[in-house]
Amino acid sequence: MEYFLQQLINGLTLGSVYGLIAIGYTMVYGIIGMINFAHGDIFMVGAFVALIAFILFALTSISLPIVLILVLLIAMVFTACYGWTVEKLAYKPLRKSFRLAPLISALGMSIVLQNYVQAAQGARIKTLQPVIQGGFNFFKDSNFVVTLSYLQIFIILVTITLMTIFTLLITRTALGRAQRACEQDRTMTALMGINVDRTISMTFIIGSSLAAVAGMMFVMYYGVIDFYIGFLAGIKAFTAAVLGGIGSIPGAMLGGLLIGLIETFWSGYISIEYKDIAAFTTLVVVLIFFPTGFLGKPDIEKV
Amino acid sequence: MGKDLIQKYLKDSLFTGIVALALFGPIVGLRTVAKNEALVVQPKWFVVFLIVVACAAGRFLINIYQFRKEQRRGEQSSFGKAVSHFLDEKGAQIAIGAIVFSVIFPFMPFADRYWMDIAIMMMTYIMLGWGLNIVIGLAGLLDLGYVAFYAVGAYSYALFAIHFGWSFWICLPIAGVFAAMFGVLLGFPVLRLRGDYLAIVTLAFGEMVRILLLNWYELTKGPDGLTGIPRPSFFGLPFKRYPDEGVETFHTFFGLEYSSMQRIIFLYYLILVLALITNFFTIKIRRLPVGRAWEALREDEIACKSLGVNPRNTKLTAFAIGAMFAGFAGSFFATRQAFISPESFTFIESAIIVAIVVLGGMGSQTGVVLSTVFLIGLIEVFRDFESYRMVAFGGAMVLIMVFRPRGILAKRKPTITMGKHG
Repeated sequence: MEYFLQQLINGLTLGSVYGLIAIGYTMVYGIIGMINFAHGDIFMVGAFVALIAFILFALTSISLPIVLILVLLIAMVFTACYGWTVEKLAYKPLRKSFRLAPLISALGMSIVLQNYVQAAQGARIKTLQPVIQGGFNFFKDSNFVVTLSYLQIFIILVTITLMTIFTLLITRTALGRAQRACEQDRTMTALMGINVDRTISMTFIIGSSLAAVAGMMFVMYYGVIDFYIGFLAGIKAFTAAVLGGIGSIPGAMLGGLLIGLIETFWSGYISIEYKDIAAFTTLVVVLIFFPTGFLGKPDIEKV
Repeated sequence: MGKDLIQKYLKDSLFTGIVALALFGPIVGLRTVAKNEALVVQPKWFVVFLIVVACAAGRFLINIYQFRKEQRRGEQSSFGKAVSHFLDEKGAQIAIGAIVFSVIFPFMPFADRYWMDIAIMMMTYIMLGWGLNIVIGLAGLLDLGYVAFYAVGAYSYALFAIHFGWSFWICLPIAGVFAAMFGVLLGFPVLRLRGDYLAIVTLAFGEMVRILLLNWYELTKGPDGLTGIPRPSFFGLPFKRYPDEGVETFHTFFGLEYSSMQRIIFLYYLILVLALITNFFTIKIRRLPVGRAWEALREDEIACKSLGVNPRNTKLTAFAIGAMFAGFAGSFFATRQAFISPESFTFIESAIIVAIVVLGGMGSQTGVVLSTVFLIGLIEVFRDFESYRMVAFGGAMVLIMVFRPRGILAKRKPTITMGKHG
């Protein structure tokens, strides 16, 4: 029971990270109908920016809460630049192309980002000293002590806050309305006087900055990153997006939590070597038997 | 060109510079290095400065170029079209020329060990490209896990050859059959998915196969890989300097001096023949009903369904045949290297093969050859710059998609048309 509770806590933390990345997939898929294959690598760039920022702030004597907020903002801004540029360079010229062209272009972009970071930052793993330490311990008398660390609380709280902000952004603001309009019919939206290009750019910026937050959480939680983390995390987050119903933002979060739970329980109870197989199997099973996900709309093909 | 325009372009360049600074500032400018078990930041501002200036200047030049181009629009014809047209006209002669060249290649004066190795590698990729062209180019299914079948071929060849001691010529078809069976097994549940979902699922399968090879230690020796895979023999005549007692070798049988190049040349011809078989098979099957059904499915699945083509079975044949050729190529790879490990079957290999097919122009057999020479050449030239060459490789993928989304030889002519054009 205690072991189960611990896995639950760990799974929810991991799930928050996947959920934040999944939002980027789901938003881009919703608006331009493509799988942004480079999104996992945008997440990796975010983790690197956060790592560099943490190292720089360690030299100063700014207090921890302010450092956390500053790193969060820095990671979001710089990573958003990457998302914006990738869209402008690799996807925008292909909007009217055949359907597999953006996917292949995204694949190329993913290779570029991975190897560029490898060239610029080196191929070796980077470690970060724990930023937030300590936590609450439960069941101290039993033989398995359940820990809920402050870091886990921080990650879950930040995720919930950002989720709320962005849900409000999508449902209540003009930008959100423009996005939802673009999802339905881009030509018609343009005729209504909405700048479609800018709306799509904003989607990429929002998605990338959330991925940057996920990257920051990842580097704080695991303390180890390298240039290759985006590949697996990207696939898992994509699975989360599909599981929740691609195109739906609450769905992405729900899917992320589920994938996080599946992964932790799998490695906790079954086998740690095959934990990535668990994610891939989930992906395959979901796509085959359940392609609309929990909160997605069925995809009807019109002739 | 007005002053306003120059001003506008300069502003644009300034903006590009700022974005470039934001992009490269932290990642390139602040390199993290380990020092005394902690990370410190090593500033590299000069590099960033150079990159930013290059980006801004590049943007300015592109703007001017586009302005000029717009002024004299319609004058120049595109290079790719010209190449494509030229290949259309002289296609048959060029193909024969290329085949003749590849046949006499080993006897060229410059063809030393290094060139032969590159030629063999290119041929392997050409064969894989032609095999995947059946799946992507003809049937229109984007398969990002093609390397899984290559791995299945290589491992089944290696395991049969090591444990049963069967010869290459027996193991080769077995490896092909295994890979094809694997293709059917994977394809059966996933082939009804839409294009991009299919791509992700095949990617997942490819990775699953690799993780399985990595962790199934009893069978595959995990990350250590399989060693001592038998070398191929020339119809029973081994290529050995000092053969076992009573065994006749290639050089004694033909009365030649022993040379290690004999084996390399034999391997070269082996892969050449395998690749050409793949090519001729594809050319022939395109004209059969199943080949036509593939191309029809690629263009419009719903129309095909209403005309009574079974999409699942048709796609499955494409998947299985493509997998079979990957299996052949895999067994060749295993016998050439004499050592295989999961390292050789990573996702990046799949990406390279997909890039070869897509950049060449999906469905174009000549395009596969051209883009293999280009891409593998690119990777070879930048061999000493491990990660830069992959940046260049990914960049080439993006650029070709942006400028020629249908590939270098963009050609999607149906193989068979009605009327006099047929």
